[in-house]
Amino acid sequence: MRTSLVKSSDPYNGYLKSKLKINYQLHFLLLPSVVLILMFSYAPILGLIMAFQDFKVSKGFLGSPFVGLKYFDILFSTPDFYQIIRNTFFFASTEIIFLLLFSFIFALLLNEVRATFFKRFVQTFVYLPHFLSWVILSGIFIEILNVDGGLVNQFLVNLFGMKPIFFLGDGNWFRFTIVTTDVWKEFGYSAIVILAAISSIDPSLYEAAEMDGANRWQQTLFVTIPSLIPIMIVVATLKLGSVLDANFDQIFPLYNGLVMEKADIIDTYAYRMGLLNLNFSFTAAVGMFKSVVSFVMIVIGYRLAYKLANYRIF
Amino acid sequence: MKYSSKSYTLFTIANYIFLALLSATCIAPLLHLLALSLSSKAPANANLVGFWPVGFTTAAYYETFGNQNFIRASIISLLRSVVGPVFSMIVTTMGAYSLSKEHAQFKSRNVYMWFFVFAMLFNGGLIPTYMVVRSIGLMNSFWVLILPIAVSVFNMILLLNFFRASVPKSVEEAAFIDGANHIRTLFFIYLPLAVPALATITLFNIIIHWNSYFDGLIYMTDSKNHPLATFLLTIVVSENANPLGMVNNIKNISESTLKASQIFLSLIPILLVYPFLQRYFIKGIIMGSVKE
Repeated sequence: MRTSLVKSSDPYNGYLKSKLKINYQLHFLLLPSVVLILMFSYAPILGLIMAFQDFKVSKGFLGSPFVGLKYFDILFSTPDFYQIIRNTFFFASTEIIFLLLFSFIFALLLNEVRATFFKRFVQTFVYLPHFLSWVILSGIFIEILNVDGGLVNQFLVNLFGMKPIFFLGDGNWFRFTIVTTDVWKEFGYSAIVILAAISSIDPSLYEAAEMDGANRWQQTLFVTIPSLIPIMIVVATLKLGSVLDANFDQIFPLYNGLVMEKADIIDTYAYRMGLLNLNFSFTAAVGMFKSVVSFVMIVIGYRLAYKLANYRIF
Repeated sequence: MKYSSKSYTLFTIANYIFLALLSATCIAPLLHLLALSLSSKAPANANLVGFWPVGFTTAAYYETFGNQNFIRASIISLLRSVVGPVFSMIVTTMGAYSLSKEHAQFKSRNVYMWFFVFAMLFNGGLIPTYMVVRSIGLMNSFWVLILPIAVSVFNMILLLNFFRASVPKSVEEAAFIDGANHIRTLFFIYLPLAVPALATITLFNIIIHWNSYFDGLIYMTDSKNHPLATFLLTIVVSENANPLGMVNNIKNISESTLKASQIFLSLIPILLVYPFLQRYFIKGIIMGSVKE
């Protein structure tokens, strides 16, 4: 009798009970996102089964006959495929390296600016391109990089007496243009993380260095740069997952028949093979190759980030 | 701290000049675009326009506003940039709330977490996704622009970390003891505290929706359903002699001033959102690196 009285008047116990009762709400709140992820992430993953079938739209996933690794055999014996992997790797890796390098230098230079007004001014301008779409920028770049009197070529011809450069029609210049414009678009934005890391460096380190007679350059060399190494390692390793992610949004509007050999990347190839030529199973195999490699690289990247810089994402 | 050495002064001057030039390169293409859109056709086609209009005229804008395809595409883009982020935020916030609970309180939490994280790390690729969208019957539907990108696992993790960091456990427990359930707690305790994070993610979502062109290109077989970014793509690539097949069916070849005016108009919403964005995104990025 007495125990039951205590139980019902114990507020904490009642709180726990009611909480158990309302836990179904937590599942309910997750329901919409679970359904959407099932539909648009897991269903396509299951749909990868079509890479092992002779997929026909009319027969669907269930009715198409299985052909084993046929399409992977075709894929790995297509010479184009290796060129495309090389191109993709070239764009992805040079963009990662130059972006990291340039945003690092930019962050160091911006950090030396004492006038707050000027700092804000620079930041406002250099962050802006990140938010503009590649469609818009391609429209502008096609116009100003035009070999036939585009703004940049006018500049080169009139000021330096150079021959006009076929930026978007010559394979090597195309690669140069893609990497340069990508770095141009993103350097400001990717410097934000580095700037944040700089501002979190312990000021007493600089004071100590100054006491020891270090000038500004030596402080940068021996305090700032070493303090930034962990964050740079994290950023670099986390990018490992995107070694096969050349910038489709950028290359797609800009590439053309003249530069195909040096410009074609996995995603543009998949678009043409799959949606224009309708080789569905073959393209699914291409996509699966990319997904598997990317997944492995992401896992390696996360592991490395944890080992080298003790950084955990989850 | 003072830096008075001569070489440092020299460096400072060079640094300011360099950074000013760098800023100029970021804005110069846009200025050229604006100048081009306000120039007369003849000087524009003869490549005489630099950063100032030659033969000032607003004719290109008049023509653009009279272009039904442009107007229709703009409306579709405006719609998706409102509906998409709102829908996405509702779904993401609900999910992030549940996932922000500790394992002790919500036993299935880690199972859900792995379910989402795996979906972020591995994907089926272009063709299987396309086939799924087709088989659900979403082709040419407005919702194909909204649903597939509604749940961003990355944003969900961002938000759940923010919830964990900014909602004091004691406040939440007090709400529960007062008889609030999870849904009330989410609305009246979590949401008001998470406004900065929600604003950041919403703004990013708006930009993503406004800028996306590929979904419109592949899922909208009828060019009447193209959002503005896709519409502009068809204009931009037609000039670049692009072997895109699908795109080349829709020829929108127009003169450079007309093209410039259309591109510039499509920039305006971004320029309008940018000041708000700038206030938030630095915080947002740093927030993204906050660990659980």
